[in-house]
Amino acid sequence: MDKNKTTEIESVVIRFSGDSGDGMQLTGTLFSNLSAILGNEISTFPDFPSEIRAPQGTLGGVSGFQVHLGSGKVYTPGDDADVMVAMNPAALKVNAKDIKKHGVLIFDADSFSQKDLEKANFTTENPFEELGLSDTIQLVPVPLTSITQESLKDFDLDSKSVTRSKNMFALGLICWLFNRPIDQAIHFLEKKFRKKPDILHANLKVLTDGFNYGNNIHLALSTYLVDKSEETPKGKYTSINGNKATALGLIAASKKADLELFLGSYPITPASDIMHELALRKDMGVKVVQAEDEIAGITTALGASFAGALAATNTSGPGLALKTEAIGLAVMAELPIVIVDVMRGGPSTGLPTKTEQTDLLQALYGRNGESPVVVMAASTPANCFDYAYMASKIALEHMTPVILLTDGFIGNGSSLWKLPRLAELPGIKPNYPKTGMEGIKVTARDPKTKARYWSIPGTPGFEHRNGGLEKDYNTGAISTDPLNHQRMVDIRQAKIDYISNVIPDVEIEGNPEADLLIIGWGSTHGHLITAVNNINKTGKKVALAHFNYINPLPKNTAEVIKKFKKVVVCELNSGQFVSFLRTKVPGEYLQYNKVQGQPFSASELEEHISSLLK
Amino acid sequence: METIQKNQEIQYTAKDFKSDQYVRWCPACGDYAILSSLQKVMAELGVSPTNTAVISGIGCSSRLPYYISGYGFHTIHGRGAAIATGVKVANPGLTVWQITGDGDCLAIGGNHFIHSVRRNIDINVLIFNNQIYGLTKGQYSPTTKKGYVTKSSPYGTIEHPFRPGEITIGARGTFFGRILDVDLKSSQMTMMAAAKHKGTSVVECLVNCIIFNDGAHGWLSEKATREDRVIVLEHGKKMIFGKDRNKGLVLDGFNLKVVTIGENGITENDILTHNAQNPDPTLHLKLIYMEAPDFPVALGIIRDVPAETYNDAVVSQIAKVQEKSTIKTFDDLIDSLEQWEV
Repeated sequence: MDKNKTTEIESVVIRFSGDSGDGMQLTGTLFSNLSAILGNEISTFPDFPSEIRAPQGTLGGVSGFQVHLGSGKVYTPGDDADVMVAMNPAALKVNAKDIKKHGVLIFDADSFSQKDLEKANFTTENPFEELGLSDTIQLVPVPLTSITQESLKDFDLDSKSVTRSKNMFALGLICWLFNRPIDQAIHFLEKKFRKKPDILHANLKVLTDGFNYGNNIHLALSTYLVDKSEETPKGKYTSINGNKATALGLIAASKKADLELFLGSYPITPASDIMHELALRKDMGVKVVQAEDEIAGITTALGASFAGALAATNTSGPGLALKTEAIGLAVMAELPIVIVDVMRGGPSTGLPTKTEQTDLLQALYGRNGESPVVVMAASTPANCFDYAYMASKIALEHMTPVILLTDGFIGNGSSLWKLPRLAELPGIKPNYPKTGMEGIKVTARDPKTKARYWSIPGTPGFEHRNGGLEKDYNTGAISTDPLNHQRMVDIRQAKIDYISNVIPDVEIEGNPEADLLIIGWGSTHGHLITAVNNINKTGKKVALAHFNYINPLPKNTAEVIKKFKKVVVCELNSGQFVSFLRTKVPGEYLQYNKVQGQPFSASELEEHISSLLK
Repeated sequence: METIQKNQEIQYTAKDFKSDQYVRWCPACGDYAILSSLQKVMAELGVSPTNTAVISGIGCSSRLPYYISGYGFHTIHGRGAAIATGVKVANPGLTVWQITGDGDCLAIGGNHFIHSVRRNIDINVLIFNNQIYGLTKGQYSPTTKKGYVTKSSPYGTIEHPFRPGEITIGARGTFFGRILDVDLKSSQMTMMAAAKHKGTSVVECLVNCIIFNDGAHGWLSEKATREDRVIVLEHGKKMIFGKDRNKGLVLDGFNLKVVTIGENGITENDILTHNAQNPDPTLHLKLIYMEAPDFPVALGIIRDVPAETYNDAVVSQIAKVQEKSTIKTFDDLIDSLEQWEV
């Protein structure tokens, strides 16, 4: 390898794109993981269609995986790609606008025939010209299909399996381009295809050939070196996606609380991976019921909560709508339950595989009656662990349903995660009645937190009847008394309000001396902080307040907001959090909204924020 | 919290299962009889109120958990089966009763009902079938007879009613029994068998709604003629009925036929012996289908087939994995992840 041609860079964005059957998700995941092992900060964004195998070569079937590697702090998967891999013209067409001006485009030269071009609705023979690609983009045609066939000619494999292996050629090539030894990739593949030795050997052969191809034919390209990140605190790390982190957070909470974990669930994109992970964890004693529908997902969990388990259910927007009535029952019966909503584009079936923050108002208000619940949101793939843990802790200690909002972007995307130890995590004390309290009524509650005591069936002396009818404040019997109902409505609200005492204050990031405050919540933190940091680097001043706790809001919310002359709330919906803020902290708010099924890009945020500073 | 333990030493009485709540059903409602039979069965069963959980949905019958001492949960319309499933899976030491009605169980809750039956979760389901919506004041239900005039069918219903037993068998149910509110002896015998059966025990309770559908089961209830109009089935016993115990059921081709012992050379030996434990449900279905006036209506234990329960399978699968796994604690789980040192 010609070391002279190696360029050291701080960060790089790579996007793999191809047909949904081309294995782009696997290629991207392998490359991200091996980069993380080499010490890079990473952030990934898988973006795929909801069709499992859309017609080959068409625009609707394009699947992409973007990874951002850095030697410094990496907050987002990046906006535009430095290096784009396009397996066919359709992938090129869908992604062309996101290639950087001086970027590199590697494409499968074998997949650019007249027929392929027509499938992707190109009308001329030169797709690059037709797309108006800048001539500063470096085109690297590689005959991926034929060279893979050549590479595997001595293998006894059907032609479909041979063609499928071309993603490994691309991976080998990218490893060469970024000076990545392929040992780690080999290790991953050995694990993944342990039970399919034929496929394994073919993949390893093609991977190695891809790496050597770059080396041997002296591709007229600089190779890149992204150094180890110095900003990552020392410790043991893995790369984790938000859905898996959520599952582990629930497990950790159940162990800390010394309770069995029960998940009632129904398959739904993009939330099912939480169920898959928990179904796997029988070693941790997790009980998973794959229910007959979304309603049974939550009601089996609510039954488990009544019976004394840490109960959870996971879903996405349409499923949350179906769970509405049961969440109301959890409010009325004052039972602990964690409802994880991995948000996707809506309304209705909407955009199942795309990301959005459009379920916030549904989470806050989507029930009959006065029905307050705790609502919180994770902001990175890794901190889905922390917020799933805290959601469980709050549910168990304060006897309330907790809705945890994540979304397709952080649910499927991954980031580095510093591995926790159970002993380091905050304690969880479920609100059990104390000994000597035998005979208490179902409505008996902790005088300070107002949380109802949780008496577990099977415990002598604490027999009780719970239910969805209004109860008498003192006796717990069914009651329609007007003043009693008012009192019960008020106490259920007071119980939720009290929780603001136990959650952390919202922090001000960026420049606290600024006049302009950016407000965000949930998964947009990475893009917002990147934009805010970039603007502050230019000498202008801007601050960021990012919310993970939404109901109740952190205690210092009003104080923080009032410090700034101008406040703009940025969110991936038409203004749901801002409408909530307007009722909680009245004042003037500007909005920046996007509802396109895609995350923000840091550059569009920078542009908008800069325009407000003029 | 203390662990659950059955206390076999204590002899319970029906009174031990009565809560302090005033029962609010209409005077002379058929539900009273079922409640009283249930409390007697609970006492005889010997499971303490502490280890008894009664779960219900919405409707007149679903108020029942308030009237039983022990643990109870009156939930939302149609979801009782799913909630009871969660209770039993999470806390398998409890004896779980699900109280439901023909609307709650077979209309809004139909999906949960068939799936709890299919899974064979170990719960005892009492379906109070009065063939009407009572609490919403008199609309037709999925079991209302075709043509019946109700508030929502002023010109008569145009729908075909469900047979709860047929659905139970269609969903691969392992236990089906049928009781009549006023027939206390067979009611208690059937409920006891339901409680002892491992799996989803479905008991259709024919109850009278005195306000909106009075006399729906009147043909059967009348004491003077009842014994000629019902047959009480028990495993291993001859299918004999009638005031004079001289009528019985025989097979005639693929169908059942009522015969009289002593006529046409029929002797007791010719009468069918009930096999409730036969996994093949064909004859059970025939018994469920029997309708007045040509046949006696089948009460008692129609089907009672042993099979593994869902809740036991959950526990044993976990135990099997845990026995083999080297991951014992949360920290072990974290250590098992692909990881690297920075």
